[in-house]
Amino acid sequence: MMKRWLPYPRVSLLLFALWLTLNQTLDPAHLALAAVVAVVAPLLGSPFMPVRKGAHRLDHILLLCGIVFIDIVRSNIAVALIILGARREQTRSGFVRIKLNLHNPSALAALACIITSCPGTLWVSFDPQRREMLLHVLDLIDEEEWRDIVKYRYERLLVEIFE
Amino acid sequence: MSGASIPLWAEWVVAVLLVSGTGLAFLGTIGLTRFRSFFDRMHAPTLCASMGMAAVVLASIVYFTVAGQRLVVHELLIAIFVTMTTPVTFTMLARAAYLRRLESDGDHFPPDARTPSRDT
Repeated sequence: MMKRWLPYPRVSLLLFALWLTLNQTLDPAHLALAAVVAVVAPLLGSPFMPVRKGAHRLDHILLLCGIVFIDIVRSNIAVALIILGARREQTRSGFVRIKLNLHNPSALAALACIITSCPGTLWVSFDPQRREMLLHVLDLIDEEEWRDIVKYRYERLLVEIFE
Repeated sequence: MSGASIPLWAEWVVAVLLVSGTGLAFLGTIGLTRFRSFFDRMHAPTLCASMGMAAVVLASIVYFTVAGQRLVVHELLIAIFVTMTTPVTFTMLARAAYLRRLESDGDHFPPDARTPSRDT
């Protein structure tokens, strides 16, 4: 019964909170509307959900968010300096291929989002047969360094969270 | 709420956040014209979508919280949605460019990491 009407309880809870935050109210009418959205939207969307297994381990999720936040701030400064021409001569961009152990599609999507939201790195493509991702780096000095960053800084945590 | 007076310290915080946020967005635009290859250009606008956006959102939170005398945080939703949706467009554009280059350059693309790719 519960499974049938609330196939994704956490998504429903999130939508409920989202609706109330958007409308900035705890009015009973909006509570009712939020409940309707929280039940109906996941039911309509469930055919498009790629995997049933979601994220777990809240401690690792928070740790990953912290790491990504720091990296985004750092790479913002780095890319801003490159654009300002502070060190234009030395920088050279290039591609790096990285073999991944991630299998969960949500984990791959999360990694793609993390890498792309950091200025200076861009997720270009993923080859599912060879399990290789193609990364474009604006300021490429050492390929190995980027492999280590992706594998040890992000992938290890994503494996813990999704698999 | 327009013209609501807020304390001087809050005005300073809002001003600094707004100027740095829009400054980053401006830098992103300059980068878009200064970089030479398509893939290099993809990196510049992320400045605007990450920290530029965050600074402007924070400025809005500070201003409306102080002016309205209560915590206003629904701007955080903007940050969450922008962070979740922009990478989708970016990776889609990158993949499209990558497949086109594969078609035209074949085995020579992508060039090995040691060769510069600024000349496209």
